[in-house]
Amino acid sequence: MIEIKKLNKWFGDFQVLVDVDEVIERGQTVVICGPSGSGKSTLLRCINGLEPFQKGDVTVDGVSVADPKTNLYKLREKIGMVFQRFELYPHMTALQNITLAPMKVRKWSRRKAEEKARQLLERVGIPDKADVYPANLSGGQQQRVAIARALAMEPDYMMFDEPTSALDPEMIKEVLDVMIDLAKGGMTMLCVTHEMGFAREVADEILFMDHGRIVERGTYEGFFNNPKTDRAKEFLAQILD
Amino acid sequence: MGLTYEFDWGVLWRYPYGMWLLKGLGLTIAIGMAAWIIALALGILIGTLRITRYRLLRWFGTAYVEVLRNIPLLVQLFFWFYAGPMLFGETLSRKINHISGLNIWVSIIGIGLYTASRVAEHVRAGFASIGRDQYQAVLSTGMTQIQMYRYVIIPYALRLIIPPLTTEFLTVFKNTSIAMTIGVAELTFQSYQIDADTFHGLEATTGAMFIYLILGITVVKFMNIVEKKYKIQGLVGR
Repeated sequence: MIEIKKLNKWFGDFQVLVDVDEVIERGQTVVICGPSGSGKSTLLRCINGLEPFQKGDVTVDGVSVADPKTNLYKLREKIGMVFQRFELYPHMTALQNITLAPMKVRKWSRRKAEEKARQLLERVGIPDKADVYPANLSGGQQQRVAIARALAMEPDYMMFDEPTSALDPEMIKEVLDVMIDLAKGGMTMLCVTHEMGFAREVADEILFMDHGRIVERGTYEGFFNNPKTDRAKEFLAQILD
Repeated sequence: MGLTYEFDWGVLWRYPYGMWLLKGLGLTIAIGMAAWIIALALGILIGTLRITRYRLLRWFGTAYVEVLRNIPLLVQLFFWFYAGPMLFGETLSRKINHISGLNIWVSIIGIGLYTASRVAEHVRAGFASIGRDQYQAVLSTGMTQIQMYRYVIIPYALRLIIPPLTTEFLTVFKNTSIAMTIGVAELTFQSYQIDADTFHGLEATTGAMFIYLILGITVVKFMNIVEKKYKIQGLVGR
């Protein structure tokens, strides 16, 4: 379970997160949407401690991210993360990208790590790309390798930071299919995305953020058919355009 | 008229002069290689210190670079050679001054330390050209800061900066000629020796020039192979 309690964060004088509260239960998929600059990505990075915050707390399975005694490296092992621009290691093949963390962090043997990596490549639909370098993969393929890389650590949670925003339309589906499959398989997921089709299919809850606050929350139907705030109505009108 | 200069290219290979040049070249290569190893290892370390999260380490890295790159190499060599041993206290300094080939060791260390400051800056530039999300992606998999640099960021950055590193590698060999000022019998020193012995400095210097040129081109060829081998797929280039 991830609990976010009165989370506040500033970049200098600028407040990026304002009193964010949220509870994500095991097995849930939560979709976060909102205009750019609303703090969505920063929120994800506060959850796994990649960004420090000044007030409030986040606990992951009861472990506090704000507590200086918490080993954040250990914590991150169970929270996989996928980035907008894939962020694969360009000097390594797809397979090497996936096996690095299990071998160095979990101390798995190469054999075990590669076996797992090949299973994951199979699962994301590109078993034949193991020995290919990222630059020779399409965007959709790169993102699927990135998902496999995160899954290789066998995380309990997965966070997606606009995973399809940098993709051509025809590649979006191949990535979303993998994500939908994951969500249906019971993975606990936090997804910053504007893919409303994805939200409709798997989201247990949708959060709408604006200016660092969660201004609206609800189920897909609730949010989509009956947005309460004008800001959300405006936003929906824009992305559905 | 006795004023016409008679060329005698034979001084380049005649005994013992050919031997002198060869010995000089050997020392030039040895000092250059050893200094380069120091420069590369220390340069990567200092360059990494300059971007770590720890302020004290960052400060140390910056101080190192600014001191070492802002003093002429010649002055640095003189300093290490004449004043360096004294840094270790009186008794030890006397012992150090009796080390045979001290000037060779001093040139290796002096050129190595100086070049490290330059390598560190290239390394820092390499780090700066890697996006923030790439660092975060590594950390998000549970790797530690040290693992992040060791397995992803440094190998990636080094591949990005191979061209300027080639220039530094070349410069190391050229800078070994300064070691003659503290009496190291490297290539330039030997060409002067030939001049002193035969008055054929013109030929000797020309010879040394060509030897440096061939050495440099060899280094470039070698680095081209390295560059090809470690090329990042998809980046601009052959």
